[in-house]
Amino acid sequence: MAWLSEQEAKAKRQTDVGPPHYEQFLPPVIKKNYGQWKYHEVLEPGVMVHVANSGDKVYTVRAASPRLLATESIRAMLDIADKYCDGYIRFTTRNNVEFMTPDEGKVKDIKKASADAGYPVGGIGPRISNMIHTQGWIHCHGAATDASGIVKAVMDDVFPYFVEKELPNKVRLALACCVNMCGAVHCSDIAVVAIHRKVPTIDHDLVKNMCEIPTTIGSCPTRAISPDVAKKSVKINDEKCMYCGNCFTVCPPIDIHNPEQDGVAIVVGGKIGSLRTGPKFSKLAIPYIKNNPPRWPEVVSALRNILDTYAADARKHERVGEWIERIGWESFFKKTGIEFTYQHIDDFTFARETFRTSAAFKW
Amino acid sequence: MKKYDTPLLDELEKGPWPSFVKEIKKAAKTSEMANDELGQLEKSYRDKRGYWKHGGIVGVLGYGGGVIGRYSRLPQEFPGVAHFHTFRINQPSGFFYSTKALREICDLWDEYGSGLTNIHGSTGDLVMLGMRTEALEPLFAETSSRGWDLGGSGSAMRTPSCCVGQARCEWANIDTMDICNVMTQEFQDELHRPAFPYKFKIKVAGCATDCVAAIARSDCSIIGTWKGKIAVDQDAVKDYAKKGMDINAEIVGMCPTGCMSYDGKTLTIDDANCNRCMHCIAKMTKALTPTGEKGASILIGSKAPIVVGSLLSWVVVPFIKMEPPYTEFKDLIRKIIDWWDENAKPRERIGEVIELKGMRSFLEAIGVPPQPQQVFEPRKDPFFFWKDEDLNGK
Repeated sequence: MAWLSEQEAKAKRQTDVGPPHYEQFLPPVIKKNYGQWKYHEVLEPGVMVHVANSGDKVYTVRAASPRLLATESIRAMLDIADKYCDGYIRFTTRNNVEFMTPDEGKVKDIKKASADAGYPVGGIGPRISNMIHTQGWIHCHGAATDASGIVKAVMDDVFPYFVEKELPNKVRLALACCVNMCGAVHCSDIAVVAIHRKVPTIDHDLVKNMCEIPTTIGSCPTRAISPDVAKKSVKINDEKCMYCGNCFTVCPPIDIHNPEQDGVAIVVGGKIGSLRTGPKFSKLAIPYIKNNPPRWPEVVSALRNILDTYAADARKHERVGEWIERIGWESFFKKTGIEFTYQHIDDFTFARETFRTSAAFKW
Repeated sequence: MKKYDTPLLDELEKGPWPSFVKEIKKAAKTSEMANDELGQLEKSYRDKRGYWKHGGIVGVLGYGGGVIGRYSRLPQEFPGVAHFHTFRINQPSGFFYSTKALREICDLWDEYGSGLTNIHGSTGDLVMLGMRTEALEPLFAETSSRGWDLGGSGSAMRTPSCCVGQARCEWANIDTMDICNVMTQEFQDELHRPAFPYKFKIKVAGCATDCVAAIARSDCSIIGTWKGKIAVDQDAVKDYAKKGMDINAEIVGMCPTGCMSYDGKTLTIDDANCNRCMHCIAKMTKALTPTGEKGASILIGSKAPIVVGSLLSWVVVPFIKMEPPYTEFKDLIRKIIDWWDENAKPRERIGEVIELKGMRSFLEAIGVPPQPQQVFEPRKDPFFFWKDEDLNGK
């Protein structure tokens, strides 16, 4: 393939066409029964069947994906889809791959082909499906940790809960490499969010050439930034700064990266759906674990401790957040053995709502 | 091509979960870009920090977004990632593809980029990870001429996304895939040419299970719902009981409004007292089916922590019909966006603006009346405003 020349590109390009219409990508059995599905059943940890009003069935085989995929891997998945799924494939909202077929007989072939290609089958039902994450050190300027590395280490550790073992309900895991949280980390059952712990350093010469001062000042959630007129730059009130790094996001010469002090926090109890109880935010469980590449063993074992405690103690259908609310946060810290510190008590915008205005609590 | 020693990254090839390191190495066999990504990433693992410069405006002619500029801080050491921009391709609704279409994209990407992708990015786009500036125009010509446009980035309408909806899910009350596609087409100009105060995200979920996390991460969360009764197939209920479900403990006892009862023979739902949380339907999908008028609840405001803290979307319109061509919804959302555009400071999300200006200002601007469904509880404080029209009794 040769690159298009400038003129060829100019002639060929189209704008504002939008995405291709999904209809052309629907497997025939799905197209035929669109809007006419009656029920579904989870047959195995990685296999479910949807049954239509017409009686037609579609079997879905879900397989693990690391989200970051080389074209070679995509082609391997497409080969499976060509062989067994009439040339159709889809991906899930949590980055796994799904192979669909109306033919039950093909399910075991798909499972084997996918596993052989390196994409194990699982993740449906009351278990772990995948760990949402973003770019980390692979691509992001703001990352305080690597995303893919921690995700790989965690998913290796909780793998039995992907392929087989059941949990009281699904457990949504996620990771954000900074507090911008590009993915629903703030509402996950158990999530990792990378944080900084030191006030950033300012390169004043670069600030005056690169940064819009009012935007920089306005970017600070705690109003820690004010003008430094003499330097034609800004200054930071150390006591107000809580190292969120938003100033860096709008003004790169404010450098917040600190390899020795940066690390990750673990948050728990978030929920998206409205089933039984409403959506909830994740709350702080562990304020800091150091970055320890390549496999972050301390993060993995801390997360696993929370998961195991939940699995052993929660009632059927309880999500992590519901389990914690039923037993009380004081019990959560006791059962998991996690230390409760000053960092756990809120002092930001919604702090007052979190203080316990009741004399009823467990010891 | 330089051969990098990657002892730290090699550790992440071990273990049962598919390895991203294996993926980068696959692409690195033929791509200098992927190879240098590997080298730089190993250095990041040694030094415990990233080596990417902040931003950099690149794009294609006529668009202000869809391409995320990325430059390495170490271009001499890792020339392959001197430029490593992201090319966001707007995905088809529901992430369905034909193998033919994806193969075409793979072939183009191998030619013009690193061979590395994210399927998918967090917002939903198909992410082509790593290309040089000079490849942008030819690749865009190749993809757009084949019907693949760029997604949104920056202070623009971002790429809408949706759950699998009526394509496969029996719980979808609205055609999420169609709504997502129609809205993406409706807002092409706003998507490609950033003119908003900040980002605006739309996500479409078929029901309150919200498998696309709309309520947590979209400014405008469209959540499918219904107004009628839940139809009960009593034989199917008995079937679940026979298979071991403890209906009283797991279903009746977990109903948040206590509107259900089960005497071992008949499951009864007091529909007037059902708040449509989806728990019973999710656990007994063969037995329970929503009936009656279908539509959507529109919730507004969710966002990630920066700046005021995380917000979940809250109910603004409890019920709106969502039937093609979605004229009523399109009118509503344009009013919503216009009000936000007029009232927001730079980088202010609509949730933050509503908190600042108050729900009344927002509701009056978009023509939606106050309703108890919009709040969990009324205000606690006595500090409420009166307008002349309130005093004079409208």
